[in-house]
Amino acid sequence: MTLDDLRAAFRAVPGKPWLDDALARVRADPDAAGPLFARAERKLGRAPLADGSAWTAGRAGRALLLAELAEPERIVTLYHQGDAAERLAVLAALPLLAIGDAGVPLLHDALRTNDTRLVAAALGPYAAHLDAAAWRQGVVKCVFMGIPLSVVHRLDDRADTQLAAMLTALATERAAAGRRMPQDALALLNRLTVANSSPKQA
Amino acid sequence: MRIFDPHIHMTSRTTDDYRAMAAGGVQAVVEPAFWLGQPRTNPGSFADYFDSLIGWEPYRAAQFGIRHHATLALNPKEANDPRCRGVLDLLPRYLDKDGVVAVGEIGYDAMTPAEDEAFAAQLALAVEYELPALVHTPHRDKAAGTRRTLDVVAESGIEPGRVAVDHLNEVTVALVRDSGCWMGFSIYPETKMSPPRMVEIIKAYGTERILVNSAADWGHSDPLLTVATGRALLAAGFTADDVDRVLWRNPVEFYGQSGRLDLSATTPGDSFAGSSLARGGS
Repeated sequence: MTLDDLRAAFRAVPGKPWLDDALARVRADPDAAGPLFARAERKLGRAPLADGSAWTAGRAGRALLLAELAEPERIVTLYHQGDAAERLAVLAALPLLAIGDAGVPLLHDALRTNDTRLVAAALGPYAAHLDAAAWRQGVVKCVFMGIPLSVVHRLDDRADTQLAAMLTALATERAAAGRRMPQDALALLNRLTVANSSPKQA
Repeated sequence: MRIFDPHIHMTSRTTDDYRAMAAGGVQAVVEPAFWLGQPRTNPGSFADYFDSLIGWEPYRAAQFGIRHHATLALNPKEANDPRCRGVLDLLPRYLDKDGVVAVGEIGYDAMTPAEDEAFAAQLALAVEYELPALVHTPHRDKAAGTRRTLDVVAESGIEPGRVAVDHLNEVTVALVRDSGCWMGFSIYPETKMSPPRMVEIIKAYGTERILVNSAADWGHSDPLLTVATGRALLAAGFTADDVDRVLWRNPVEFYGQSGRLDLSATTPGDSFAGSSLARGGS
């Protein structure tokens, strides 16, 4: 998904005139972004952008509003001043924006919460900017909170022996308490253990 | 029996309360911003509180299948502390949020000039942001406070049908009925109103523009007294439809005037696509 894909899909959305006007207002005055960003979801709706898309009109509209902001600090501020849906919209938009590493503190913020939606959203494609320690903590937190590991972008590429050790420790605690690990975590642990115990192909 | 509690401070309540409320039929709540018992000393404390009312608390409620919306305001008690005046400058940003369905609780505590000013300013914000207003009436000198409240509401230019005047009793109900504002009643274990007295009020005044809430908070209060009032109404011979009007359709109509009430079903554990959640960890 790119910003141009979102723009193209938006042609069919009934709220497009509202969005066009909002984008023009933000272009003319970046200070106008706050209220427009807050209102976008009720103006544009929560219907999927296209058949099968994970993007709703409201969230896509919010991403396009963010794309009008040249200064990353403004995006950071909109996240901090947002409700849960606005914060989720910022996290979803991060990989589409030319923001460099400036969004990394937002991932740390989301990973500190106890809201499974925010934790999951922090482990999408933009999590490539997270260092390994923070990323591993995020993955184990998913297991801990019952978030399916399918939300984690490039899980198998980044999973390493340290993550395997952390998951093994969690599995030991769970076993001691007579409680189960989620199936997807056991499967990951299994893949990591097999990968380490068999000779790697050159 | 489906119940919409139009005034309850869930921030102060436990997960056991959420569970019992859901089991009793409570499917939606509105949490007004108010005092936390311990006075706050700066606007930042309010920003964190407001963020919680539009972020964490709706998420927590959803775990139990309960829809949570908020009303935000600088409450009358803390309006008297000059260190908290900056909250009025924070409010416009928050009044644009989807989860905010009214300005409140505003009104009077001790009827001071600072309360006059905050009350009028926030009624003006309700008009500007096209939101209803939830108005607290004072516990001391209530009848005089209610009369003065209605005068300020009338002066503000907000439509009476977009204002709920809360914590009424036998002495103050008629004043508010005649004003055209909605009549709110808080059912408490000992103070305010009780279920049997609420039944008598509805016998005398009917079901129109009546809102019944538990106003449960950090004090001696009970989040199930809406349920108890519904049962008392049925026992007194009111129909299931009467009870549904008072305990569900009336609050939906009042807060629905915001255009922001979202009552689409919440499934416990369905707070992000295709997953269950928050089993409590290890």
